[in-house]
Amino acid sequence: MDEILKITDLYVRYHTDDAVVHAVNGVNMVIHKGEAMGLVGETGAGKSTTALSVLGILPAKVGQIEAGRIEYNGKDVSKMNKKELRAMRGKRISMIFQDPMTSLNPIITVGDQIMEMLTLHFKHLSHQEKEEKVDRILKLVGIPAERKNEYPFQFSGGMKQRVGIAIALICEPDLLIADEPTTALDVTIQAQILQLMKELKEELNTAMIMITHDLGIVAETCDSVSVMYAGEIVETGTVEDVFERKNNHPYTQGLFNCIPKLDAEEERLTPIEGFVVDPTHLPCGCKFHERCPYATERCEKELPGDYQRGTHKMKCFRYEQWGKETSGNE
Amino acid sequence: MGKYILKRALYIIPTYIVLTILVYVILSFSPGDPVLASLGANATQEQIAQKTAELGLDKPLPVRYLSYMSGFLQGDMGKSWISGNRISVEFSARIGNTLLLLLYSLILTIVLGTFMGVIAAVKQNSITDNVTMVIAMLMLSIPAFFLGLIMQLIFCMRLKMLPVTGAESFRHFILPSIVLAASRVAGQVRMTRSSMLDVIGQDYIRTARAKGASEVRVICYHALRNGLLPAITNIGNNIGGIVSGAVTVETIFAVPGIGSMLVNAVRTADIPGVMGPLIFIALLVCVVNVLIDLLYAFIDPRVRKQLSK
Repeated sequence: MDEILKITDLYVRYHTDDAVVHAVNGVNMVIHKGEAMGLVGETGAGKSTTALSVLGILPAKVGQIEAGRIEYNGKDVSKMNKKELRAMRGKRISMIFQDPMTSLNPIITVGDQIMEMLTLHFKHLSHQEKEEKVDRILKLVGIPAERKNEYPFQFSGGMKQRVGIAIALICEPDLLIADEPTTALDVTIQAQILQLMKELKEELNTAMIMITHDLGIVAETCDSVSVMYAGEIVETGTVEDVFERKNNHPYTQGLFNCIPKLDAEEERLTPIEGFVVDPTHLPCGCKFHERCPYATERCEKELPGDYQRGTHKMKCFRYEQWGKETSGNE
Repeated sequence: MGKYILKRALYIIPTYIVLTILVYVILSFSPGDPVLASLGANATQEQIAQKTAELGLDKPLPVRYLSYMSGFLQGDMGKSWISGNRISVEFSARIGNTLLLLLYSLILTIVLGTFMGVIAAVKQNSITDNVTMVIAMLMLSIPAFFLGLIMQLIFCMRLKMLPVTGAESFRHFILPSIVLAASRVAGQVRMTRSSMLDVIGQDYIRTARAKGASEVRVICYHALRNGLLPAITNIGNNIGGIVSGAVTVETIFAVPGIGSMLVNAVRTADIPGVMGPLIFIALLVCVVNVLIDLLYAFIDPRVRKQLSK
């Protein structure tokens, strides 16, 4: 399979007035053409930061990529000039944001906001052709074309997110990054939006990174999973590898135990002990050791490597017998 | 929309009734006798009685007010109680200067204030931003009369670049306009900067960047119109202040405008001399504010929607 996006050893820091936030700490990730990957983790795990780094839209001056390589189609993103970067953003890699209420411009009609993508990336199209394309994508995401002259405040949350999807997909990108696209929506709308994204992804053969904290969404929409904790990817595998639940990182186990089971006898859920580590003061060794039920003395001192068996990769000493990964090539 | 304009225009009527009554009553009870002021200290009892009757001051206050207003509504601004000249003559000779002064100051406030505010926000924490903010703070804290004197000293006495007083040419208006606008521009810069900073931090600006829009496009197309909304309101709130500031500035630079006319009339309790300019100034403030509301509706579809309800 062709690699669309390859992230190698990415480190991202936020320099705020009082502290340095270690948001992403050595992330490796490969997305293939047409693949859907779930990026799972708690709030503050560095999922969104990874996504923003790919597009090069980290908060100016505050957010900085300290080290690592991000390659799009084999091309180093950090070596692209501004023009190349802008041509990639939106057209080749596009993004759907978490909160549809605030991510649309309140004083521009939704039609114009969708059409802006064509104005930016398909300059040769006539106005008539652009209008037609906008009408078509609106129909595709389930919005009547005649509503394109309305403003975001006249749309419900779910409808706004459909507009966000239309914006992200109108240029038929190679890679779609969906940053918790359904978190701000209620459950019935969530299901509709996920179904829509799944259909469109298949129709356009777009690769996707689905950022979420909901393992259920991953099981439904993705082919592979990466679990993030404190800026590191602690477990990667196919959906089958991870959801089999035979071999899981202790943190992933913890996430699974937080999902209520209807057939289970016990009424209480098992939360993960303790709190997410403070990204301004990361612990030595394995970042998860303070909350890990299996933690040993070694976990406090030594950083575990990536241990691999087949497609399943783990950052935990418990899987040391799997053997070190073979320099990134599968 | 038309209905809204009409409604706003009708609001001016009660505003006017309250305004004219207030001013008329306050001036009537204020110290200073227009009869003595016009006749001089050596007037006989008879002369005083005759003048009082001539000005209608022997009648009760409500009658005086109503007769003045009925005249005004028929287009008669009355005669000055002191000089006996028609107010309309002096008023029309002076209003042009004041309007020019207001116009230049308003242009400075809107263009320079908004522009520098946007630049300061886009280049936040840069040298440009810091220098702009320090100058803005300085301009806000220096009183207009002092700034006027300093400017006269530097540009007129030292450098001999500009005339000290008068209103004969555009050059005469340069310093008065700058002095009148200084604190307004500063306020506008600070207002625009903070609202632009707020907008630049919004999610939809990140969306615009993710779409692949250039930085210029992000600022001009996505941020500017949103960021200008509070700044526009600020101009509306400022217009009254600019008009009253004109009184000081006209005095410093001896510009023959309605500001200085107003000051003289108040000093001698010359009610027709006060009422004319005041009604005009109030009208100006009302009209500009209606225009700003319309501009607001033009920019923000949410306001437009509310108005058309």
